[in-house]
Amino acid sequence: MTAATVRVRDLRYSYGDRVALDGVSFEVAEGEIFGVLGPNGGGKTTMFRILSTLLPVAAGRVEIAGADVATDLAGVRRTIGVVFQSPSLDIKLTVRENLICHGHLYGLSGAELERRTGAGLAALGLCDRSASYVEELSGGLKRRVELAKGLLSEPRILILDEPSTGLDPGARRDLWDYLLELRRERGTTVLVTTHLMDEAERCDRLAILDRGRIVAIDAPDALRRKIGGDVLTIRSTNTGILQGEIEKRWGIRATCVDGCVRLEHPDARGLLREIYEAFPSDIDSIQLARPTLEDVFIRETGHQLWSE
Amino acid sequence: MASSMMLASYALARREVVRFLRQRNRVFGALAQPVLFWVIFGAGLSPSFRTGSVGYNEYFFPGIIVLILLFTAIFSTISIIDDRNSGFLQGVLVAPIPRSAIILGKVGGTTVLAVGQALLVSIAAPMLGMSIAPAGILLSIPVLVLVSIALAGLGIWIAWRMDSTQGFHAIMTSGLMPMWLLSGAFFPPGGVPRWLAVVIACNPLTYGVALLRHALYLGNPAATASLPSPALCLAATLAFACATLVGASAAARARTAGALP
Repeated sequence: MTAATVRVRDLRYSYGDRVALDGVSFEVAEGEIFGVLGPNGGGKTTMFRILSTLLPVAAGRVEIAGADVATDLAGVRRTIGVVFQSPSLDIKLTVRENLICHGHLYGLSGAELERRTGAGLAALGLCDRSASYVEELSGGLKRRVELAKGLLSEPRILILDEPSTGLDPGARRDLWDYLLELRRERGTTVLVTTHLMDEAERCDRLAILDRGRIVAIDAPDALRRKIGGDVLTIRSTNTGILQGEIEKRWGIRATCVDGCVRLEHPDARGLLREIYEAFPSDIDSIQLARPTLEDVFIRETGHQLWSE
Repeated sequence: MASSMMLASYALARREVVRFLRQRNRVFGALAQPVLFWVIFGAGLSPSFRTGSVGYNEYFFPGIIVLILLFTAIFSTISIIDDRNSGFLQGVLVAPIPRSAIILGKVGGTTVLAVGQALLVSIAAPMLGMSIAPAGILLSIPVLVLVSIALAGLGIWIAWRMDSTQGFHAIMTSGLMPMWLLSGAFFPPGGVPRWLAVVIACNPLTYGVALLRHALYLGNPAATASLPSPALCLAATLAFACATLVGASAAARARTAGALP
């Protein structure tokens, strides 16, 4: 692994009494695709806003490409490209006008800006829409313009907040193919926040952020391997009793999540049979599955990604 | 650094102008309403208005020009709130440019629009039988620029922290419109009660309106006899513009959660 290009140490942020980030630390290596997975309200957006320099560093330290976000704002801003979750385009301007305006903000002009605008439009398949007003574009096309805008300054580090918002699965796949291509061709470091499992799967490494803290950080495969064996999810009307009985009889840890009893076991298949035979009338359904990142999330946080 | 800052300001100013020209209702709002005011109040108040050398229609005319500047500044600065809510501003805020470049862009774009519209109306003055000479209109251009900068800066200063355009409307009707009414634009300050005279003398816009009259009526001492001296008007208006620009830049430098989209 090459040297870290993003260093976050003991980052804290509060909105009044509400703690959004409660001591977050991680490092992202040059050329890495790093994901921050977490539920809405878990602190992802606050972290994105601090890394993208919208919010100041309240406590802790953030370094991006060697520049300290607290002291060298301009240096950080020159290095990063930012793609926001919410729209940041001027809908009364055309696609090209948006890119030209953005280029000027980054000190680009003349032939160089023309070249980059043309290349960006081509790379994202927007050439035939360059003269369209943004308000006439579909949601997916708008996202592509957002991406072209974020990449126009050819940033070393690209920071994206929930980039798949409003994209259909095909467009989402295109987006990720493009991010991988960027990394391959330019060595761009990508830092992405998401609450989508399939998006998290495509990251090199993943930090799981819950209630302002990082509860796990590793490659997606390694995170899954932490779960010893497969996962059983038992739907029942008596989850409380069932959980206690299972823990007592087999001496394993089970959790109640959203009307289900959930447990991991190296021999989940054998256990499934035993449990089913022991409590035939208490079980509505029982599911055996290989662990997913969602299982990792539940294991680390004790609740589902979607629950509040 | 300086040139990249100018480039950024130019891009933002240009965007203001392009957006304005694509939204026809804004052209109507900023231009038609003041002209309508002029026609209605001019016709209504002329018979009961007694002043030195000019009739009410003509007295009110420079006031209407300043109202055009004020309305354009208000509409443009309200767009900061729209930019924040639409998300456009967040992309500008993370760009490697100082906040003052953002203010300069907004003020620059607004000034181009305001002065352009004011001139469109000004050039009609000689045709409407007023004693305003073309040279006076030419001389008024730098005054229009200066007053526009002051008003745009004021609007941005107020609008930067706001998250709803309703809030701005409240300030517009309770603060900005009285500022215009009590600037010598609507009625001459001579002979008003003492408390009102004090308010008018403390109103920075009073000196902008007076400076415009000095420019339009250069070489016509009778029309400007009761006004503060040109030097005082110029100094006060310069100070007004500097103060609002500093205020707007200071407001824009704060990075707080409240300033986010």
